[in-house]
Amino acid sequence: MYVTVKGGEKAIDAAHAWLAEERRGDRSVPELSIDQIAEQLGRSVDRVMGEGSCYDRGLAALAIKQSQGDLIEAAFLLRAYRTTLPRFAHSLPVNTSAMRAERRISAIFKDLPGGQILGPTYDYTHRLLDFALAAGGPVPQVPVAEPDGAVLPRVPDILGREGLLEPDVSSDAVPGDLTREPLMFPAGRDVRLQALARGDEGFLLALGYSTQRGYGGSHPFAGEIRMGEVAVEIEPAELGFAIDIGDIVVTECQMVNQFKGSKTVPAQFTRGYGLVFGFSERKAMAMALVDRAMRAAELGEELTAPAQNVEFVLYHSDNIEATGFTEHLKLPHYVDFQSELQNVRRMREAAE
Amino acid sequence: MTEGYNFAYLDEQTKRMIRRALLKAVAIPGHQVPFGSREMPLPYGWGTGGIQVTASILGTNDVLKVIDQGADDTTNAVSIRRFFARTADVATTTHTADATVIQTRHRIPEKTLRDNQIIVYQVPQPEPLYRLESSRVETRRMHGLADYGLMHVKLYEDVARFGQISISYDYPVLVNQRYLMSPSPIPAFDNPKMDRMPALQLFGAGREKRIYAIPPWTAVRSLDFDDHPFRAINASEPCGLCGATDSYLDEVVIDDRGGRLFVCSDTDHCAERRAAGHIGKDGFAEAAE
Repeated sequence: MYVTVKGGEKAIDAAHAWLAEERRGDRSVPELSIDQIAEQLGRSVDRVMGEGSCYDRGLAALAIKQSQGDLIEAAFLLRAYRTTLPRFAHSLPVNTSAMRAERRISAIFKDLPGGQILGPTYDYTHRLLDFALAAGGPVPQVPVAEPDGAVLPRVPDILGREGLLEPDVSSDAVPGDLTREPLMFPAGRDVRLQALARGDEGFLLALGYSTQRGYGGSHPFAGEIRMGEVAVEIEPAELGFAIDIGDIVVTECQMVNQFKGSKTVPAQFTRGYGLVFGFSERKAMAMALVDRAMRAAELGEELTAPAQNVEFVLYHSDNIEATGFTEHLKLPHYVDFQSELQNVRRMREAAE
Repeated sequence: MTEGYNFAYLDEQTKRMIRRALLKAVAIPGHQVPFGSREMPLPYGWGTGGIQVTASILGTNDVLKVIDQGADDTTNAVSIRRFFARTADVATTTHTADATVIQTRHRIPEKTLRDNQIIVYQVPQPEPLYRLESSRVETRRMHGLADYGLMHVKLYEDVARFGQISISYDYPVLVNQRYLMSPSPIPAFDNPKMDRMPALQLFGAGREKRIYAIPPWTAVRSLDFDDHPFRAINASEPCGLCGATDSYLDEVVIDDRGGRLFVCSDTDHCAERRAAGHIGKDGFAEAAE
């Protein structure tokens, strides 16, 4: 005898209870605190803030704890929270040349005003598992230098003075906002950069990498990468002047790309730009590569590669959209499958 | 009701933006209206478009029914119904006749809907041409020019290769003799119910950020050819539980020897028939309460 399945409600409650139990794990192990995550898993927090489009280390850390370290799930939690927040103002463009840089490197000049600052990077670590970390123990003393107050001019500005690099055009237009307006085409560079900044690190990494392997190559050089604190300012209409509302850490990447020139433009270098919350160098670099690739049409280059296809990149870069739709396949589809079953049976009958 | 959130979760400005999109959609039947879809606390692909539409039209006096695959008790239907019970405190029901708003995934209820009801479809892919043309820039142009030759060629090729049109769900329709529209992945069996339906039909695609609508009593034609007319497919047996011969049936595997049972996909329809004394060949009399 067949009885229709009931009990979705009970099953969901039980699943949630089980999940909470599993999240906590063995109770003889101390529970993780939000502070521990924010302080000791900083790169995860940075990624979740970037892809979650919300700069709040505490909330990002909470999301990471709640999602058991599943960073896409954590970004999703943060985004769902973010949409409920009221909007008070738009910030002014952050001024990255006034950044209090913790890291600043250029791959195209051996030395430059302000110098190269290596900063807290994994770049030259030997990837050997550090068993001393497992044991826990004292952290070596860090030598501290006095800030030298050096100004760090941006490398593209140095190149720009000679006219060797395409000029950056400033605009007073209100930038688009994908979180309020749907993506429409042609998509301006403002919207494209927003989509990339929110985009999935892995997706952008693969796309950027593909441009280096011949799928839409643009001969990039890492003109400059800098990471550090910048001030966020807003200019309330009733005040008429800008006020500083806080500092955020960002990573900026300026790619300098070869360009042979066209009928109307002499040969010069072109730009690819990446800007991401927190210390997310890999993402900022990948973003700059993909940004430049998506400018192919504007620069009169032949469109041959996935990274140059703006529609393809922008529609598939968002991991919250992608994970939702990929995973929705586990929802019941038995009505559709049933119609396909009948269809295939009917077609087989017709064939016999 | 959950503290700290607005009635039905979305803030009033967002609801107003969605209602404006809905009005435009109703004014241009079958046309996909882009809207500023918000991130919802449920994943994209799980009904965020339908949820936003429902949230924008729901009032305190509404009675909400949520179905997935025709059933009220599938986990995602339960989850969405709970979401609105929590955030809007609205009355919910499983009875089609008692509902003022019905949110659905993949089915249209068997019972004919009335003119004081609204049905909200969850739509995964609003673009009916997407399998034939992947660029949305291009498909928008095709809709603008009513350039639907590509779809007719696809159907023709089906007939040429298989002797019949091989689409069994999400079967494309022409709304009001103008716009080609995806009916969402309902079985083709349900397509005829859309034609001149007394109820307002609203479609929400959250991830793809599109809303579209069919006003009451609007002509909805499933694409076909004169010599290959549209034909809905269904199992050839009656429902094993209630004996219905006119409802869409799910196929349930009951043993590992090829045993199959066909039952109504619309659980409310089936329960109502059984309560009225209809018993199918595998059914049993409902215990008196």
